[in-house]
Amino acid sequence: MNQSREQDPWLVRPASIRLLWRIFWAVLALTVALQAVIKVKGYFGVDGWIGFGAVFGFLSCLLMVLFAKGLGYLLKRDQDYYRSERGDD
Amino acid sequence: MIELLPPAFILIVAAILIGPTRGHLRTAILLAAPLITLWAIWQVPDGVVSSLRFLDYRIEPVEGSALRRLFATIFALMAFVGGLYAFRQARWYELAAGYAYAAGAIGVSFAGDLITMFLFWELMALFSTVVVWCGGTPAARAAGIRYAIMHLLGGIILKVGIEGVVIHTGSVDIQPMLASNFDTWMILIGILINAAAPPLSAWLADAYPESSPTGSVFLSAFTTKTAVLALILLFPGEALLIWVGIFMIMYGIIYALLENDARRILAYSIVNQVGFMVCAIGIGTEMALNGAAAHAFAHIIYKALLFMSAGVVVYRTGFSKCTDLGGLFRTMPLTTICGIIGALSISSFPLTSGFTTKTMISQAAADEGMVAVYLLLAAASAGVFLHAGIKFPWFVFFQKDSGLRPKDAPWNMGVAMVLFAALCILMGVFPETFYQFLPYATDYVPYTAGKVLFYVQLLLFSGLAFFLLLPLMKRTLTISLDTDWLWRVAMHSVLTAAEARLAVVGEGLRSWRLARFATIRARAELYFDAQGEGKRAGVFARNWSIRTTALWIAVLLTGYVLVYIR
Repeated sequence: MNQSREQDPWLVRPASIRLLWRIFWAVLALTVALQAVIKVKGYFGVDGWIGFGAVFGFLSCLLMVLFAKGLGYLLKRDQDYYRSERGDD
Repeated sequence: MIELLPPAFILIVAAILIGPTRGHLRTAILLAAPLITLWAIWQVPDGVVSSLRFLDYRIEPVEGSALRRLFATIFALMAFVGGLYAFRQARWYELAAGYAYAAGAIGVSFAGDLITMFLFWELMALFSTVVVWCGGTPAARAAGIRYAIMHLLGGIILKVGIEGVVIHTGSVDIQPMLASNFDTWMILIGILINAAAPPLSAWLADAYPESSPTGSVFLSAFTTKTAVLALILLFPGEALLIWVGIFMIMYGIIYALLENDARRILAYSIVNQVGFMVCAIGIGTEMALNGAAAHAFAHIIYKALLFMSAGVVVYRTGFSKCTDLGGLFRTMPLTTICGIIGALSISSFPLTSGFTTKTMISQAAADEGMVAVYLLLAAASAGVFLHAGIKFPWFVFFQKDSGLRPKDAPWNMGVAMVLFAALCILMGVFPETFYQFLPYATDYVPYTAGKVLFYVQLLLFSGLAFFLLLPLMKRTLTISLDTDWLWRVAMHSVLTAAEARLAVVGEGLRSWRLARFATIRARAELYFDAQGEGKRAGVFARNWSIRTTALWIAVLLTGYVLVYIR
């Protein structure tokens, strides 16, 4: 195969992925740390706390993924479900 | 005389001309017509421009306002970029249908009365169905029929409401109302069906992904956003819409998370984004309505951009499922970058159009002191990044190496994508230039250091959640059931079951009848059958000897005499 010979792009090499993760963690920490300098104007008190956006964003996503996962057990069907149920479309 | 004609007619004429023309002439018509329409739109002044009498009603085919021009502008712009994107790849009838569909949307934008609005509304329903059918597969044909049924049904409900309002108020004017009686409820339901609101949102994710790569770009723009415009004009501040909107937002996120088909992910995120607008219309303040209009404008651009990048992938590879795709960034850098810009915009990243428009809606909720709504919108922003902002580009362009090495976009598709990608960035960087076209004057400042930091934090930590939870989001070869299951399967099985029961009853009746016939026949044979193939003839069909007969007559006569004489 010709394709297996080609050099992997920088983006998918394990070393660069490790580097990207490190940069990502650093940026995440920075966004929280910056709140010491830049005041986030909270509308309801809580949302002005340091790291509120981080915790709220992360937890919302966690909840949504778990909820979707749970709902998936109920709602997911094989991709040919309607074709096999009906046999007409 | 010329101002009597709605700007929509330019695109209708273009749609008619696309068929008979060929080559460069057709290309010229395709590209020039939306631009002329754009010019005509900006000639429409505020207020009612033209009116005429139809039956006993005063019809106002063209009424201008900042809001109406804003929507008409983005519809015309969409027709132009959609035409540019499609004209070398799509078949002529798809282009013609797409332009007639856009004309319907522009017609609704300027409709000054309910009757005109309804006519253009139905024009959209008809030609959007044709665009779905242009997918050309049996699945597209079936989905198109389901789509048409849903929209014709919605049209009838809307028409019932309009008739009621006209009879009870005597006015066909488009003016703000609340869902307070049967008529207005019917209008609201009719519009909400087009907005893909629950419980009838399944048509969108059912039909759009079955259309052609170019058709889905047209479909993503018009139907739901004209419904948003109609809601702004007719139901601003209808509190019910806040919760309808929140439901749509969450529905879109959850279903998109479960989905495997890239274009279906984008279809679910249309419902999600329209949810933001519907929620804003429910809040109903000037800030909220500005936010809804601005977000609709920005949304059409970045959603079309996302569908265009997905369309290029489908066009080049023939695949649209995440399980088949991956690693395409290697050979499709332009499509990847444009897809990412669209994804960042839909996630309302700072410096994109999503940030400068969607945050207006959050601001409106905060201004009204709606804590729950504000927090749900913030959670939803995180969820949008999760399901569309990262999930779409990650699974299509990165993820794993699928081994596919398709060519990048054809030049016209590339130019169309770059145009819209540039608009996403421009609207994000120079929001004030855009804000002056909004329906209400605003001094909203999107970029304060605190707000930017809050959203960056929110979004980046959603990104973290995505990559940490990737094992939970393994793609499966599945679809997710929606309310359309009720009529596609449940109602179908109820009918089949009923038919089976009736068939059992019918079979019972038949065998009972046959059994009766058989008995009667056996009796008849027993008594009258003369044919004695190996068996004796029936009692009354036998030949009896004179002797026996005379004896029987004597016996019978004796009996008769004995009985009768007494």
